[in-house]
Amino acid sequence: MTPFGWMNDQLLRMDWLSALVTRGVLAAGLDPDSRLGGSIQFFVFDVIKIFILLTVLIFAISWVQSFFPPERTRRILGGRSGLGANTLAALLGTITPFCSCSSIPIFIGFTAAGLPLAITFSFLISSPLVDLASVILLASIFSWPIALAYVVVGLVVAILGGTLIGRAGMEDQVADFVRTAPVQDGDTDMTRAERFTFARDQVSEIVRRVWPFVLIGVGIGAAIHNWVPADIITALLGQDHWWSVPLATLVGIPMYADIFGTLPIAEALLGKSVGLGTVLAFMMAVTALSLPSIIMLRRVVKTPLLMLFLAVVTGGILGIGFLFNEISDWFI
Amino acid sequence: MIIKILGSSCRKCLSLGANAKAAVEAAGKQADIVKVTDIAQIAAYGLLSTPGLVIDERLVSSGKVLSAGEIAKLL
Repeated sequence: MTPFGWMNDQLLRMDWLSALVTRGVLAAGLDPDSRLGGSIQFFVFDVIKIFILLTVLIFAISWVQSFFPPERTRRILGGRSGLGANTLAALLGTITPFCSCSSIPIFIGFTAAGLPLAITFSFLISSPLVDLASVILLASIFSWPIALAYVVVGLVVAILGGTLIGRAGMEDQVADFVRTAPVQDGDTDMTRAERFTFARDQVSEIVRRVWPFVLIGVGIGAAIHNWVPADIITALLGQDHWWSVPLATLVGIPMYADIFGTLPIAEALLGKSVGLGTVLAFMMAVTALSLPSIIMLRRVVKTPLLMLFLAVVTGGILGIGFLFNEISDWFI
Repeated sequence: MIIKILGSSCRKCLSLGANAKAAVEAAGKQADIVKVTDIAQIAAYGLLSTPGLVIDERLVSSGKVLSAGEIAKLL
């Protein structure tokens, strides 16, 4: 085995932990291949793995992110336009730290500083959709090709979505107080000790926020994995139905969950031979759009722009779903 | 003195509010702590990430949960 293969299997996919949990299940007198034993194995292994990865990843990534506070992103993006600027905005969206409760202040701050809507929306779409932690988790649960494909298509949705919104000429479809908001450009440099505190606080904040979603997600995943008959899932979301991708997207949009809670569900669905495109569409719909974020956005943009935003993102997710169902043979 | 906590009722905003209260009490000062949740009012301070801390109409920090000790220095 190559060193990379070993690191990938043991450190990222945590095969050692899977084996350990299987032994634990056996020691408890259960058969890991049985329904109950299998569910317990899936649940315990996934919960432990996700929390280990979450802690390590969020710490490492927050350290990187501490170099790119939103003020700096705004400075970098200021005065740019065109496809290159949209690409830069989408890329910065993946590393700028923010939780969904901060997306509205960022929208206001960017718009008030005169950034075009095209750039701001590229940033806002990519930020929840593609972040560094989710990429590594995807690689751990699925594979590197799927993780990289997810990043690429997520960025494409953000870049094209922002560009389309920019082309629509809706710069006036923003609440009035957004334009008149002051622009503050504070000193945001951190010392090493501050970066450490920031990263540590991010870990505790995010873990405390997402743990219920992870438990629920893994629970649903375990249920799908071992209790829901494959033919029911296939009948609903099977690869040969035209409605699988739209159904997965529509179910996912109002849901509010982190990618960390969504992954185990996606993992279990993929195990039931649901198409890769359908699974990706579900994950993207859950993370990119949610009822709370739509309600918050409603406060700062007027209805036509909100509708355009929803239509562009939904359309992008549907497109990705159909595309990946067609080409899933390349990945699995 | 008027201290404002800017932000919706997310966890970070709540802990910042609690730290501010502790800082004021420890310093033995009189201060009103006001929570500002309306996005239009929050935007008027020009911050890019919540929670924000405003002391007597001056934005002193944003996007951070300052500890009671750090807030006490700003008072």
